[in-house]
Order: sequence, then structure tokens, then C-alpha cells
Amino acid sequence: MSLTLIFGLYVFFLAAFTGYQVISKVPHLLHTPLMAFTNAISGISLVGSLLAAGGHYGTLSTVLGAVAVLAATINVVGGFLITDRMLRMFKKKGGTR
Amino acid sequence: MTLSTTETFVQLLYLAASILFILGLRDLGDAQTARRGVLLAEVGMVAAVAGTLLYGVAVTGVIVRWEWILVALLIGSAIGTGMGLWIPMTKMPERIALSHAFGGLAVGLVGVVEYLEHGGPKMSTLQVTATGLEVALGALTFTGSLMAFGKLQGFITGRPVTYPGQNASNGLLIAGTLGLIGLLVYQPGAAWAFYAVAALGVLLGVLLVLPIGGADMPVVICLLNSYAGLAAAATGFALGNNVLIICGALDGFSGFILGMMMSKAMNRSFTNVLFGAFGAEPEGK
Repeated sequence: MSLTLIFGLYVFFLAAFTGYQVISKVPHLLHTPLMAFTNAISGISLVGSLLAAGGHYGTLSTVLGAVAVLAATINVVGGFLITDRMLRMFKKKGGTR
Repeated sequence: MTLSTTETFVQLLYLAASILFILGLRDLGDAQTARRGVLLAEVGMVAAVAGTLLYGVAVTGVIVRWEWILVALLIGSAIGTGMGLWIPMTKMPERIALSHAFGGLAVGLVGVVEYLEHGGPKMSTLQVTATGLEVALGALTFTGSLMAFGKLQGFITGRPVTYPGQNASNGLLIAGTLGLIGLLVYQPGAAWAFYAVAALGVLLGVLLVLPIGGADMPVVICLLNSYAGLAAAATGFALGNNVLIICGALDGFSGFILGMMMSKAMNRSFTNVLFGAFGAEPEGK
């Protein structure tokens, strides 16, 4: 096993544990916004897409990469907008507390 | 291994982005702080993208095709904004499912590009395993989310679609996918196996969502979200990029837990949602 893989696994499992801990006590009301939010951050694959589209690659790879950038951007931008729109609605309903 | 000043700065930007994602996710757990959480994660996403672009500017040869990237970013932002602003609030689950489909498509395509450009007999075990998982999960998320969208929208029947031997055949397909990834570890140059993994992912996305009823779709969407996160983490392993691993793992596990909590809140059995109509009450038949 390479050292890179070991480091990667450390990072992966610590982040996984953090994700579990942070979410485990969320009230029911916030389930749907949270669903939209986790969708938005899963658009982090945009980072990988940028490297795929921009690399000094053949035409097919560049086109596929560009489609990936397009799709990931839709995911990120749309996801964050939707989350915020939902949360704004809650504020109006609940009033100021 | 010593990094140049720019590379160090990029890595620190990635670190900042990772911290912002964790803080954002934590803030989303409380109605009082939720909107701040969204803002934190947005800043994190900008930092991650800016870091990647900066890396492309500073290190020659990393990013050469700027025009493609810029055009795709602009069009994507425009479509994303449109979908974000003009879709009615009652259509939220559909909207999230569609967004997932795009996310899954992106991960799957990145996996294909990685294999096209770096694949072959010399690909390392880590890279080929990560790329295989990435493509399988990305393809599964893509078609699975489209199915969820179709079921919610009424394009596909919302009733569970079952047939004899469904669980056995799905299990066989999953085993086949993992087996092919295992084969790739020993023969990284077997391109047919790689594309078969992608095709099986596409097929599994359809078949796994088919037996699940329309009412369970929110839980399914959470699960698909979890898969998208794990796929992003796999990309991180393939590219050696920690922000992808961290954000993907965060998303993968919080999505999974959220799915479990949602099915509990809706009084549904999580295993039923996971394994489709298996063991469900025979009322639908």
C-alpha cells in the first residue's frame, strides 16, 4: 500500500465521521434544506471536472470534460440557490425569534 | 516533497474550503444559523474553484484549454440560476433529483476522461480502483436520479415495479460490477472492463430505483446524494486531491445518515427503501 493511499484513507474516514457527527441531531424541519445543501456541496466534483476539461488532452476528453464542468456548475449554482430560497421561506413563516 | 509558493497557497485554499464545508454543514443543523451555513459553504466552493484555477495558471500544462472551461462555467451558471430561481417551491424534490443527475453525470465523465488519458497497463492500483468506483457510482447516480425525477414528475409510474428474482439479479449485477473493478486492478489496460463498469452503473441506476415507490423518493434522493459524495471522494483518491476526499466523504456520510433519519421520520423502513419493494406490504399488488 502506498503512503498516499494511507493518508487519503485517514482524511476520508475522519471527514466521514465528522459528517456523521454534525448531522446526527438535525431537526425534521431542516431535512429537505439539508438534502438540497448536501446536493450543492456534492458539486465539489467541479474541481475534478475543471482539471479534466482544461488538461492538454485529446478532443474527446476535452469535450467530455467541458460537459462535466457544465453539469457540475448547474449542480453547484442551482443547489445553493435552492437551499437559500427554502431557508428564506422558513424565516418568514417562523417570524423573528 | 517541497511545494512551490503557489502550490502551497493552493493547498491552503483547499484546506480553508474543507473547513468551511464542515462549518457550513454544522450550521445547517439549526434553523437559526442555517443561512449562514449556506454562505460559508458557498465561500468554500469559490475558494476550491479559485484554488484549482490558480493552480492551472501557475503550473504550466495543468490547464491549457481555458476557453472551454470559461464557456462551460458561464452556461452552467446561467442554467443553474434559472433552475434555482424559477422552479416553483412545490417542485423541490424533483429539482434536487435533477440537480443530482447533473452531479452524477459530471463525476462519471471525469472518470471516463481520467481513464481515456491516463488509463492503460501502467495505471496504479489505487488510481484504477478509484476511477472504477467513481465511474460506477457516477453513472448510477446519473440514471438513478433521472429515474427518481421521472417518478416524482409522473413520467414513470410512481408505483413500485417488481418482478420475480429482482433482488437476486440486482445483487448479481452489483457483484459483477465489483468483480470487473477487481479485474481492472490486475489488468488496468482492459478498457472493455472499464467501459463495462460504466455501462453496469448506468443500468444499476435504473434497476435499483425501479422497485421503489414514489413516496419514498426523498429517501432515495438522499441515498443517491450519498453515492455522488462517495464518487467525488473516489475522484479525490484518483487525483490525489484532499478537498475532493473531504467534501465527498462529508457528503457521502451525511447523505446516508439523512436518508436514515428521513425514512424514520416518514415511518418507512430504511431497508425497504434500500432493497426496493422487497418485503413491502402487498397492498400495491
